[in-house]
Amino acid sequence: MVAFWILAPIMVIAALGLLFVRKAVHAALLLAVVMISLAVLYLVLEAPFLFAVQIIVYTGAILMLFLFVLMLVGVDASDSVVETIRGQRAFAIVGGVALGVLLVTGLGQVSLGTAVGLDEANAPGNVQALANILFSRYVFAFEATSALLITAAVGAMVLAHRERLTPRVGQAERAAQRLQEYADKGAHLGPLPPPGVYARHNAVDTPALLPDGTAAESSVSRVLAARGTVRSAPAMADDIEEIENQIGWAPHAGRDAAPPASTTEEAPATGGEHE
Amino acid sequence: MYAFHEGGGIPVVDPTSADGVFSLLWLVIALPLAGAAVLLIGGKYTDRWGHLLGTALPIGSFAISLAMFISLLGRDDNDRQVVQELYTWFQTGHLDVGMDLLYDPLSALFLLLITGVGSLIHVYSIGYMAHDPRRRRFFAYLNLFVAAMLMLVLSENYLGLFLGWEGVGLASYLLIGFWQHKPSAAAAAKKAFVINRVGDMGLSLSIMLFFITFGSTSFTVISAGAGEASQTTMTILGLLLLLGACGKSAQFPLQAWLLDAMEGPTPVSALIHAATMVTAGVYLIVRSNFVFDLAPDAQTVVVIVAVISLLWGAWIGCAKDDIKKALAGSTMSQIGYMMLGAGLGTAGYAFAIFHLLTHGFFKANMFLGAGSVMHGMDDDVDMRHYGALRKMMPVTFLTFAMGYLAIIGFPGFSGFWSKDKIIETALAENWLVGLCALLGAGITGFYMTRMMLMTFFTDKRWEKDVHPHESPSVMTVPLIVLAALSVLGGVMIAGDWIVDFLAPVTGVAPHEDPPLPALAITVIAVCVVAVGVALAWFLIGKREVPREAPQDVSWVTKAGREEVYGNQINDTLVVNPGRELTTALLITDKYVVDGVFTGGPVALGGFAGFARRVQNGFVRTYALSILGGALLVALALLAVNLA
Amino acid sequence: MSDVTPFVVLSGILFTIGCVGVLTRRNAIVVFMCVELMLNASNLALVAFAKQHGNLDGQIAAFFVMVVAAAEVVIGLAIIMTIFRTRRSASVDDASLLKY
Repeated sequence: MVAFWILAPIMVIAALGLLFVRKAVHAALLLAVVMISLAVLYLVLEAPFLFAVQIIVYTGAILMLFLFVLMLVGVDASDSVVETIRGQRAFAIVGGVALGVLLVTGLGQVSLGTAVGLDEANAPGNVQALANILFSRYVFAFEATSALLITAAVGAMVLAHRERLTPRVGQAERAAQRLQEYADKGAHLGPLPPPGVYARHNAVDTPALLPDGTAAESSVSRVLAARGTVRSAPAMADDIEEIENQIGWAPHAGRDAAPPASTTEEAPATGGEHE
Repeated sequence: MYAFHEGGGIPVVDPTSADGVFSLLWLVIALPLAGAAVLLIGGKYTDRWGHLLGTALPIGSFAISLAMFISLLGRDDNDRQVVQELYTWFQTGHLDVGMDLLYDPLSALFLLLITGVGSLIHVYSIGYMAHDPRRRRFFAYLNLFVAAMLMLVLSENYLGLFLGWEGVGLASYLLIGFWQHKPSAAAAAKKAFVINRVGDMGLSLSIMLFFITFGSTSFTVISAGAGEASQTTMTILGLLLLLGACGKSAQFPLQAWLLDAMEGPTPVSALIHAATMVTAGVYLIVRSNFVFDLAPDAQTVVVIVAVISLLWGAWIGCAKDDIKKALAGSTMSQIGYMMLGAGLGTAGYAFAIFHLLTHGFFKANMFLGAGSVMHGMDDDVDMRHYGALRKMMPVTFLTFAMGYLAIIGFPGFSGFWSKDKIIETALAENWLVGLCALLGAGITGFYMTRMMLMTFFTDKRWEKDVHPHESPSVMTVPLIVLAALSVLGGVMIAGDWIVDFLAPVTGVAPHEDPPLPALAITVIAVCVVAVGVALAWFLIGKREVPREAPQDVSWVTKAGREEVYGNQINDTLVVNPGRELTTALLITDKYVVDGVFTGGPVALGGFAGFARRVQNGFVRTYALSILGGALLVALALLAVNLA
Repeated sequence: MSDVTPFVVLSGILFTIGCVGVLTRRNAIVVFMCVELMLNASNLALVAFAKQHGNLDGQIAAFFVMVVAAAEVVIGLAIIMTIFRTRRSASVDDASLLKY
């Protein structure tokens, strides 16, 4: 009973928290506390099988399902505390208090007598004893639950299924559409140029240079542009001179002066322009 | 000499079977009826020749009527009632109604008037309606009217008379509202129809009472058994017949529709609302002489109504500036004279019919003349916009002048003879009634002179863009014929011919000496008329006639312009209370009667409308109600267990 | 007071808290969590009564409740996903078109 007196206040507080927290994720976590504590109480009440099932099925499966759905719906969303239906909250509290008082006083005053205990029933082991009953007396109900679960699975699939409203767009259609856009609007036919091409800097945040020396904006990811971290290639001319000074060699000095390795260095860059 | 009733000198209708030329009697009605059918069913296919057919058929009827009239003159005095039994109209229980036509001196005169004047007006209408796109329909309605009017005067029983009575009412409604695109015309037609319904109710009630009392509606049977009915029954019958006559003849208190009826085309006003239909009430009373002769009280009421109408119409005629409405007031007044004659009993019946005939001539003449004036004045009806038209339209002027001299009773003209006789008889009967009739004659002289002066004399007051011109000969020839009849109509009284001719129908009056010699009365009447004419000359002829009607006038003129408040009286006494009664009934029906039956469902619906708010769509509210229910169940269980 | 009475009372308290949560929270997922809390509370009572009566039927019932709860969660969350997908909202108050 020690476990009960420790866990019961925790459970009540967690359950009350369920009423007041504004974020659904917090509510799910508080519910997890209640459920795990409940599992422990099952153990106290000599129901080890239900203890396991409570942990695995409820806490493990059902609550995780809740969390999945929460993620789909939006974890950040928090509820407004303003009550929109007039009188709903007041009546809910009055009704709740009345129900609570009725249940607590009613159940508390009923004299149940000393508990019989499950020692005898659990004699062959709790799981075995439950199995005996389940597959004998409750076998039809058990089979019915299997039908129920299958129905639920099918139902969930039906509900989650989205009907395709437009025909699927295949590779051929995409290619035709791209050529159509080229014909209509002159949109670039090939893939977008990769960043850093002909730039003196090969980082993804530096736009490629077009043959006339201007920067190709479309070669940099839009996310980087939105963050404002795109760098301009001409602005790095200073860096180049600084590097040249450091290495003591200037590629612009002339072709004759260039080391033989420089041709092999430039080849892939030329190929990159043709892509 | 004639077949008289045992008790008093009441003539009995005892006709012989029709033969010879009289076997064509049915054709008189059938011809115009066929015309109406052809023109209405044929529709636009008859547009080109419809007016010619519509004119030829009444002329055919007139020819037959004339032949029969001559044949009737050739017969013996007591053999002048002919009946043609066509077929059994219907037979139910003890009611056996035959489609029988009665041709006697009274119907003979009416036949000549209706088909003769009717034909002339048809001819006139060819010109008058020449530019109306619906002329063919107009002639169809006119033919329908003629057929119905002939049915009215030819039927041998009251039900057949009622058929014609309603037929002329229908035709009158259709023709008053002929220019249905004018809201005023549509309203006038409706008004005439509704007010006539009041009179028709009186007539239909009297027919039912005839059937209850005598077991038949035939003139033959009723006139034979008239002496056996009680005087009270006869008085009630007389009053009911008078009510019907008042409605049809625009007599007080059902006179309000006649002036509005002038919204119809002018030939309609001439034929229906002057010469023939409005005189049907006089015909009804003269035809029912076997009732009125046995109901002196009813006769007194007829005289009172006649005198009121006579003066009322004259009053209106003095004040109206609309030439047609002034003539309509005059018509009402002149029919008052006829009713007066009819109300005076056996002594006056013949004179009533005589005045009816002469009035049919000169009033149709003047109405058609007014139409001719309007034709030349771009359909302007305001006499204040006329003036000095005698040079522009000489034929119209001369024919109108004949009618004018006839109506005021200029010695020698037809109206002189007929009106003089009625005044004479009235004075012999009751000096007060006689004086009123005399006064009416003076007022007649006044308002007719006023009309004559404002239209054809005084200064010209029309606008520059109006070009008065004489009407085409198709319109002036009927005017000339009618003018001739207006002048010469008095020949019928020569040697008391018409009195003797009508005696088989009306009976013979015992000779009564008037309080003054007949010549004195005539001189007095002429003097009174001369005073009226002179008054008009000094008030209108000698002064400038303002182009707009002056507003600061005496109450007499104001009342006359408002038709002596006839419409206001009707509104106050009948229309508004009726409207309030129906409103009250409507409210009672809607809220009390309906409320009893629909109250439950309505209350349930209201409750449901309120209760459905519980379904607000919020799943949490539903959850709260579940919790509430669970709590209630738990508490109930607790209560049961504790108890 | 018997050995299991505190468990049963705790079960009642948890059930009540879950109940109020269902009524007051608007996020459909949290509401669903509160429903799970109520189911768990009833499971606790079942297991406690099993011990009281020395009878394993209570545990079997609790086991079945878990199985049904698993099926229910799968379907329920799928429905919440579908609603979220069309309405971009996981609030139970927003899905209130079925009304008067």
